[in-house]
Amino acid sequence: MDVVLEETGPGRAVVGDPVLEIRNLSVDYGYDEDPVHVLRQVSLTLHRGEVLGLAGESGCGKSTLAYAATRLLPPPGLVTGGEVVFTDRDGSRRDLLALSDTELRASRWQDTAIVFQGAMNSLNPVFRVGRQIADGIRAHRPEIGRAESLEKAAELLELVGISTDRLRSYPHQLSGGMRQRVMIAMALALDPQVLIMDEPTTALDVVMQRQIVEQIADLRERLGFSVVFITHDVSLLIEIADRIAIMYAGEIVEDAAAQDVYRRPRHPYASGLLHSFPPLRGPKRELGGIPGSPPDLAALPSGCAFQARCPYAFDACAAVRPELVTPAVAGDDPRRTVACLRHDPDRVAAAGFEPVPVPPELAAR
Amino acid sequence: MSNPPHVPGPRSAPASDVPALQAVGLRKHFPVRGVRSHDVVHAVEDVDLELHRGRVVALVGESGSGKSTIARLLAQLMPATAGQVLVDGQDATVHGRRAFRAYTRRVQMIFQDPFASLNPIHTVRYTLTRAVRIHQGRLRGEQLEAALTGLLERVQLVPAAQYVDKFPHELSGGQRQRVAIARTLAADPDVLLADEPISMLDVSIRLGILNLLRDLRDRLQIAILYITHDIASARYFADRVMVMYAGRVVETGDAESVTQEPAHPYTQLLVRSAPDPDDLAARAHGAHGEAPSLVHPPSGCRFHPRCPFAVDLCSAEVPPLLEVGAERQAACWGYSDRPDAPVLGSVLDAYGDRSALAAATGPARPSTVPVEEDLS
Repeated sequence: MDVVLEETGPGRAVVGDPVLEIRNLSVDYGYDEDPVHVLRQVSLTLHRGEVLGLAGESGCGKSTLAYAATRLLPPPGLVTGGEVVFTDRDGSRRDLLALSDTELRASRWQDTAIVFQGAMNSLNPVFRVGRQIADGIRAHRPEIGRAESLEKAAELLELVGISTDRLRSYPHQLSGGMRQRVMIAMALALDPQVLIMDEPTTALDVVMQRQIVEQIADLRERLGFSVVFITHDVSLLIEIADRIAIMYAGEIVEDAAAQDVYRRPRHPYASGLLHSFPPLRGPKRELGGIPGSPPDLAALPSGCAFQARCPYAFDACAAVRPELVTPAVAGDDPRRTVACLRHDPDRVAAAGFEPVPVPPELAAR
Repeated sequence: MSNPPHVPGPRSAPASDVPALQAVGLRKHFPVRGVRSHDVVHAVEDVDLELHRGRVVALVGESGSGKSTIARLLAQLMPATAGQVLVDGQDATVHGRRAFRAYTRRVQMIFQDPFASLNPIHTVRYTLTRAVRIHQGRLRGEQLEAALTGLLERVQLVPAAQYVDKFPHELSGGQRQRVAIARTLAADPDVLLADEPISMLDVSIRLGILNLLRDLRDRLQIAILYITHDIASARYFADRVMVMYAGRVVETGDAESVTQEPAHPYTQLLVRSAPDPDDLAARAHGAHGEAPSLVHPPSGCRFHPRCPFAVDLCSAEVPPLLEVGAERQAACWGYSDRPDAPVLGSVLDAYGDRSALAAATGPARPSTVPVEEDLS
């Protein structure tokens, strides 16, 4: 039944046990002659029990990556290449992009559950929340009876800190934060191994955001699922994620442990993004954000997509496309990667340019 | 309603100490629609506010706390239920279109969404020309061109010729917001009301807009009301901060001391909830509860159902804004000298750590059950 794959591809050296491996995933928008390449050869690995943060500005492809990896991409989005390998608890592996419709339907929610961006509005307004949770359980486990599934729904609500008498509430009777919790409870209904959360707290206030984030961290400790947490708020990610991948213009530009990204950013965009959030404590300093604006994905420059806004760009940046390599800073974690030509003198030299060393700002220890 | 002894901020030395725009006892109730419904939403209650030239006041609060309602009341886009709006100390409540247009010359507003606030079928030239003609008279030819160039240069859209004939869809979010700011500057206003001007923009360009507004404050001596839910950006940009909760102002003071030593329990919770990777220990873990219904707001202090320090007095009487330091006020009974006043502590201690929350996560109803802590 399952498409069992042999170990393929030049996967990067990783510790732990990968649960979701995205390899060279490409996505286009548009069916005509000239589609927009929204994702270009993106590779990303999620390990078991890990919280992976996916950060970037709006339009950089964060949500597209998550939806493409779960085959939820609405038209005109089209996956044009790559594979998404899911490893089950028993070690069997299957490519989600090659599953048949029936297999996919069985895999969704059970293996990978999503909490959508507009979770506040994702609930059906005409059904009670208990029934909505129970419906999902019964669709996947037909042997479970109605009463039993409602019991399970009650357990799930309790799990996310909502009183069980809310089972018979309609969504409009719940506040935004509670609706968001119901969505999380629903995602956890079938004990998924991967939970993808697309901006789950963006519409909420900071106090509620903190409550939800704590809840997720707490549930992960107890249930042991992996999380892909998508947001533009890097400072929030640094708190909750184990590892952060930063995206820019449809590519991952830096992938490293959360504290490494924060203390020792290696990509100029990652560094700029960190300096775009004014601090709440510590000395007040003048901040500039990043000059210019994100590029148009339909008309990307050759070479590095960030070159026009980059303070460290040099002549090779306009011609050579950077790829993810280990940073050229001695003593860095060998597992972290960065896509910047300053860190990749070999590629620069191979293209016939003079390599330029890493600026001290991007080599902090 | 008497005017409380408000004082301009600490570093201010404006030309005159009469506030450019002042609100006294501002109140707004929205009727709840429905058959035989006499309920009202108590959106804004008894808000006093002063905006001085060359200074930025930030209004911070969560969604639904009444921030935007205040901006709309100050812009006189809708009538207030009670209270007064004063310009240079004179009552400025407008009646009729002509008076409103004269008022907009003094007080301009920047909206949250630059994708919606610019008409998509008109060029930047048309949008700005209209504003210039309305507020500066019928300029033509070179004069008009110079005015447009001047406006675009003031918002750092240079060279102006490159932007003036563009349609909004050809501009990025940050550039659109700059055009919206240029349009308000055509009126040469004394007061700018900026309602979440950066929350719809990409994170990397938000600071550019804040720096631009600060530059306008310094060069043109405009008074700015900056409405935001992000207390960190309020600290970065504003001189004074007013924190709102459920339609009432709970704390005011200079930006630095309000964010560094918050006095009101709600402000403490807000500051301790904002993500700050530098200080992971100082997080208010385990806080619960959410903003109350404004149709039937809690009696007394509106924060008391969520406050870990609340006592009987808090649910009985509305706390006034009490002095808690140099030019700082907090609406909390904990700062009064009444014998039945609550004893305040730190929300960090009061809310306990995460494991305590996990143990207590049971059938607690987050919205209604007040936190009961033994404070003795």
